[in-house]
Amino acid sequence: MTPSHDVVLVGGGGAGLRAAIAIGETNPRLRVAVVSKVYPMRSHTVSAEGGAAAVIRPDDSLDEHAYDTISGGDWLCDQDAVEAFVKESPEEMLRLEHWGCPWSREPDGRIAVRPFGGMKRMRTWFAADKTGFHMLHTLFQTSLKYTSVQRYDEWFVTKLLVADGRVQGVVAIELMSGKIETIAAKAVILCTGGCGRVFPFTTNANIKNGDGMALAYQAGAPLKDMEFVQYHPTGLPFTGILITEAARSEGGYLINKDGYRYLQDYNLGKPEPKPVFRSMELGPRDRLSQAFIKEHEKGRTIETPYGAVVHLDLRHLGEKLINAKIPFVRELCLKYQNIDPVRELIPVRPVVHYMMGGVHTDINGATPLAGLYAAGEVACVSMNGANRLGSNSLPELLVFGARAGRAAAEFASRQPEFNPAILAQAEDERRRLERAFLQNTGGRERIVTIRDEMQKTMEESAGIYRSGDSLMRAVEKLRELQNRFRSVALDDHSRTYNTELTSAVELGFMLDVAESIVHSALRREESRGAHQRTDFPARDDQRYLTHSLAYRNLDGSCRIEYVPVTITRWPPAERVYGK
Amino acid sequence: MNQQPNYTEHHPRWYRTRVSTYWWLEKPAYFLFILRELSSVFVAWFVVFLLMLVAAVTGGAESYRQFLAWAARPGVVALNVVSLLFVLLHTITWFNLAPQAMAVRFRGKRVPGIWIAGSNYAAWVIVSGVVLWLIVQ
Amino acid sequence: MPDRISLQVLRYRPEQEAEPTVQEFEVPCHKDWVVLDGLNYIKDRLDGSLTYRWSCRMGICGSCGMTVNGEPKLTCATFLSEYAPGPVQVAPLRNFPIIRDLVIEMGDFMRKLPEVKPWIIRKEEKPLAEGEYLQTPEQLDDYKQFSMCINCMLCYAACPVVGLDSHFLGPAAIALAQRYNLDSRDQGAAERLEVLSQHEGIWGCTFVGECTKVCPKNVDPAGAIQRYKLKATIEWLKSFFMPRGAR
Repeated sequence: MTPSHDVVLVGGGGAGLRAAIAIGETNPRLRVAVVSKVYPMRSHTVSAEGGAAAVIRPDDSLDEHAYDTISGGDWLCDQDAVEAFVKESPEEMLRLEHWGCPWSREPDGRIAVRPFGGMKRMRTWFAADKTGFHMLHTLFQTSLKYTSVQRYDEWFVTKLLVADGRVQGVVAIELMSGKIETIAAKAVILCTGGCGRVFPFTTNANIKNGDGMALAYQAGAPLKDMEFVQYHPTGLPFTGILITEAARSEGGYLINKDGYRYLQDYNLGKPEPKPVFRSMELGPRDRLSQAFIKEHEKGRTIETPYGAVVHLDLRHLGEKLINAKIPFVRELCLKYQNIDPVRELIPVRPVVHYMMGGVHTDINGATPLAGLYAAGEVACVSMNGANRLGSNSLPELLVFGARAGRAAAEFASRQPEFNPAILAQAEDERRRLERAFLQNTGGRERIVTIRDEMQKTMEESAGIYRSGDSLMRAVEKLRELQNRFRSVALDDHSRTYNTELTSAVELGFMLDVAESIVHSALRREESRGAHQRTDFPARDDQRYLTHSLAYRNLDGSCRIEYVPVTITRWPPAERVYGK
Repeated sequence: MNQQPNYTEHHPRWYRTRVSTYWWLEKPAYFLFILRELSSVFVAWFVVFLLMLVAAVTGGAESYRQFLAWAARPGVVALNVVSLLFVLLHTITWFNLAPQAMAVRFRGKRVPGIWIAGSNYAAWVIVSGVVLWLIVQ
Repeated sequence: MPDRISLQVLRYRPEQEAEPTVQEFEVPCHKDWVVLDGLNYIKDRLDGSLTYRWSCRMGICGSCGMTVNGEPKLTCATFLSEYAPGPVQVAPLRNFPIIRDLVIEMGDFMRKLPEVKPWIIRKEEKPLAEGEYLQTPEQLDDYKQFSMCINCMLCYAACPVVGLDSHFLGPAAIALAQRYNLDSRDQGAAERLEVLSQHEGIWGCTFVGECTKVCPKNVDPAGAIQRYKLKATIEWLKSFFMPRGAR
């Protein structure tokens, strides 16, 4: 018997769990499945640190949050999506408070908020500096209440099944047994997060391989704005562990090798002792990461065995504030860098952190492919435009996770049982996995060789600054890697918990996602937000106030199309910081 | 494939490690824990000893003298010394555990654990002092 | 510090062998490398069939718990150089069935979790329009420590009671129940008391205290359980001595 559900969620992180609960609340009769390659509390939402933005103070307004988000995104945000987001974010965050999230508090018991990069007001809620961890565990524990939610823990989805023009299920490997199964669904929501592992140096966990993006792309749905890759300015060298933006919003300084707060040289305002909104260290992430590269070119960074770094200085904040507001920063520095930020400087460098792009969806998480929905980092709604502001992604999970859940539930309740044609497709997929990986003993390529070469290519060609030449080279190199991937050989041919098999499938996913990134970047001949072309250094609203859509052709090549950006109330203008 | 007959494809075969009979010798902490469990026997012995003492006292001077003579035998003294050590172990464990079992607040702030344990020890010293004073008197 | 170190890894291949064996690998011993980096080196360069779980590499996802030289550890937070010149023994967490190599089966814990009702229980929900439940920093501090559990299972591996009695709820599940009991927004303590006060609940614990020692997040499950015992005893005494209405 093929297991069959009304809605199947692929991924059990923040967006997936919020969607599952939304469906349980909307219609408890619907049978929901959460299919996740890791236990839900292992999902990468757990690593988010600094906070989650939602307007709550009387001196703040929804319009200001919307403006900060849109200007932060260099006017590539769909403004209707942003307006929905800022409006629904406060109630979603409150709901999480009612579910038990341990938000940090003011002395009188109200929710506390902190400043954050690119934000004009204090509106970032936080649970010390383990915000994502607390949100994920609150959602997971709350989801245990809903008995209509069935979990497939440690099941790895390899393919979406499409028949009659709509998605009707998935093929998944049950890791523990190695069984390759069909799970039928009337609607599927992708909630698999980002694809940071396409790059060599990233804050992203080992599981962030763009699974959902590739699943959608291979099923014919387009990926939107994939050229916009966010580098976070402060990662620890070697490990890539994130030092949260909250370290700067609590008053940390970024200094070069001379102890100079170099951001003042990059049109980000004047140095003040205390943090100033939308200025200096509280500028947006794209501008800060770009400033690092310029500073490096001037020879004012510090060389280490793991590349050039600058310093994050928290010493003046004092032990008490660091322990109260950013204890995890101290824990991470002590444990992994053997540095105590109370007394020492933290070496940091830009690190790949977040994908603004993702599966193209409308404001309810629906993709152009019927029955397929997406929410969270895997999706591009698009509310982050060309550069996401820190603390907008956690509320995004909630707002659009809930929206996608409700929309998918509504869609699923109108669909008939699945078309048996998908079973034949599933059988083909099972045979493909067997032949390409499990029974293939003749291959010569190792997973790690191809993965390393892909990551190196992406860093060199599609990093903070790109050019037409570098991207052309990447296009060719990725084609070559795609070909070589066909003769990849595994050491492990067993069924039980075969992580080499999942790594191979993940590598296939990453190669597709990498191709969509370089093709989208090559075609966008302008510089905007996180996409900086050395050969086209200016923003070009005439030609490129548009979203790029990457489609996968039948032969595996990538085709780029464009759709316009939705502008409601904020016409494109110059991005101004520090003034 | 050189498969064991009892693996069937797609049926995971878990390996369960049996807990060794001597698991409590594996770590000092486990050993101490077993000693502490054992201490209950000796605590019980002290109670029995006390009851015997009470019975002897109520039985008149002769039975009390006999009891003292019996209690002074090397075997009984040795047993009581061992029991004392075990009871001390038991007591110290409980005092050290106290701060974990109680969260005491004073003016909104958590009282540090060392104070709670410390006050237990202090009370112990005072009570022992009073008892000693009574005996000496 | 030597530039190479030997890892003695417990292997269990259920499709080929009936019992685990030990396999030795040599890996580079850089000063920044943790045990997990050593395992990744093996998987990438020496033997792609080595099987283990890992994800965030920053001590927050809870995937990579293993037994390192006899102690339960998060392998992403345990440096190879601490064990120089080696060898370093890496085995799966104790007290769990082994699925394969270093991967343990934790379904039992996942089934016990919902039993303690780890969610906010209210007699009456406050409407969202009325805003947040007020909670002072002191009230937050009452349960904060117990909310830090990452479910890494190190405490289950360290607890001999878990090994001896498979029905015991275990340290992390009880600490989580206590996290909600102590939350000023929660009113579900009485509902949880039923599950927790049975023999397999708090009274299964004999206070070995190892759970607290091995916890990488300073959750202090042993403390949570002892506090709960005290509370359960007081509740029991109340029900014994007081007429129903006065409770």
